Order: sequence, then C-alpha cells, then structure tokens
Amino acid sequence: MGMRTLLVRGMLAGLAAAAVALLIAWIYGEPQVGHAIAFEEAQHAAHGHDHGDEAEVVSRTVQRTTGLITALAFYGVAIGGLFSIAFAFAYGRLGALGARATAALVAAAGFVAIELVPFLKYPATPPAVGNPETIGSRTALYFGMMALGVLATAAAVIVARRLVPRFGAWNAVTATVVAYVVLLGVVYRVTPRPEAIAEGFPSRVLWDFRIASLGLQLALWSTLGLLFGYLTERSVTRARAPRAVPAKV
Amino acid sequence: MAPSTASPAAPARPAAPVGVPLRDIVPWAVLALVLGAVLIYFVGAEQGATSLISGTWVHEFTHDGRHLLGFPCH
Repeated sequence: MGMRTLLVRGMLAGLAAAAVALLIAWIYGEPQVGHAIAFEEAQHAAHGHDHGDEAEVVSRTVQRTTGLITALAFYGVAIGGLFSIAFAFAYGRLGALGARATAALVAAAGFVAIELVPFLKYPATPPAVGNPETIGSRTALYFGMMALGVLATAAAVIVARRLVPRFGAWNAVTATVVAYVVLLGVVYRVTPRPEAIAEGFPSRVLWDFRIASLGLQLALWSTLGLLFGYLTERSVTRARAPRAVPAKV
Repeated sequence: MAPSTASPAAPARPAAPVGVPLRDIVPWAVLALVLGAVLIYFVGAEQGATSLISGTWVHEFTHDGRHLLGFPCH
C-alpha cells in the first residue's frame, strides 16, 4: 500500500465529503446565517448606526456561493489529506481491523478530536453572536481545544493499545474512553468562556445554526471515512486477488 | 514503536493486515501537516484573530464557511 496513493485518495475523498457538507450547509445552514445577518442589520438600524454603507468587500451572493464552496473545498482537502496520514498510522496496527473498519474508526476519532471536542465548549456562532473584541482569545481557545482533542485522542489510542493485552479489548477501550471523558470534563470546567450573545438574538436561530454546523461536520467526516474505506478495501482486495496484475502501486 | 500486533502466539485469529511502514509515512505526514495547517489557517483564522495579508477580503470571502465550519469568525 503506497503512501502516495493513500494521500491522493484522502484528498479526493475529502473533496467529495466537502461536496456533501456543502449540501447540508445550503439546506440547513445558510437560512440561519441569513436570519442572523437580518438580526444584525435590524440592530444596527435601530441603534442609528447609519452604516454609511460600509463598502461591501464581498457580496452576500459570493459569500454564499463561491466563498462557501472554496472554504469547504480547502477544508475538505486538508482534512482528507491529514485523515489519510492518520489512517496509514492506524492500518495494520489496530489488531485485525481491516481497511474499511480502520477508516471508519479513524473518521470517528477525527470527528471527535477536531470537531466535537472544541464544539462542546466553544460551539459554532452565527453572525451577530460573539464580541468582535474577543476574537483573538476566542480563536486561540478554539484552536487550543482542537489541539487538545487531537493530542488526547492520539494518547487514548496509544494507551488503549497497551492495555489490550492485559485487560482485553473491551475493558481497555472502556477504561480509556472513561479517562478521556473525565479529562475533558475537567478541562471544560476550568477553561474560560468569552461568549457574548446579543440581547434579543433569537434562540431558535442559534440552536438551528449550531445543529446545522455540527451536522455539516458529521456529514463531512462520515463521507470521508466511508468513501475512503470503501476505496481502500477495494484496492486491498484487488491486490490480494490471485493473478492480479502486479503493477499499479 | 508500534511493532506488528499480529502475535505468533495466536494463530487462530486472523492476522493483522500489513500496514505502511512508519518510515514511509513520516515524510508524507510532514508534508500533509504543513499544507493542511496552511489551508485550515486560511479558511479558519486569517484576517480574523491574525492577519498575514492586510485587508478583509479573505475574511469576507470565507465568511460563511468559517461560521458554518465552527471557527470563531468575528
């Protein structure tokens, strides 16, 4: 199994995953972004900020289409590439798990580490939510939580692998997951939360926006894991098949 | 690190599939990490908390994706 093939496959699967995420974003996310911007503008108008028509750098139409497509595509390719590296480290090193199961497991772990861990403490915010003056600290906290998610997940996998021979797979994984959750619970309790929700911001828009954001990420990671697993399983089976053409690394 | 988990003592269980040797992964891992970090930075943070390029175009262009992917935007 060549690393180059895996990396290219990961980036392409990531791109396909981004396309699925784009659909979720358009159907469930964009309406909420629209509501939030309408709220923001109504507030500006009410406070007499005459805006002076602050020159629009990028129009809403471009933000909703080209901008969103580009952002998701870049993100999908980046995540897909990193996913393929994580898969290469995991494949053949997690007991007898095959390509499909390894890909599914790595995708689930990636979703938890990169999306769920930061999301539970610092959930996605629609426009008009969040104080612009705290963007620096909020960004640092968000990326810090993401880094913690990645490190804790990698540590959990290493620890669980070491515990398996002594306690068996079920007990080893259960103990590791419990320790992981307790660690996060402590971190969540002690980290600051510099969130500012504008007064009167519709809670339903906030909820729907956050669920859309989480759903989009879930769709992205699921597509990535399942598609990559399917393609890799297929190529493994082909390579093992007798009389297979030996070329095509 | 990470020796093969297929122990010869357990012949009844299916052997672990042959993975990619670690030394083959590392250079690709470095490449993917660097490129991935740059992409995620531009999608998630540029012209928000920090700016490498002056102006607000990157921020405004990636605006919806940034919000919907869960990054703090503004």
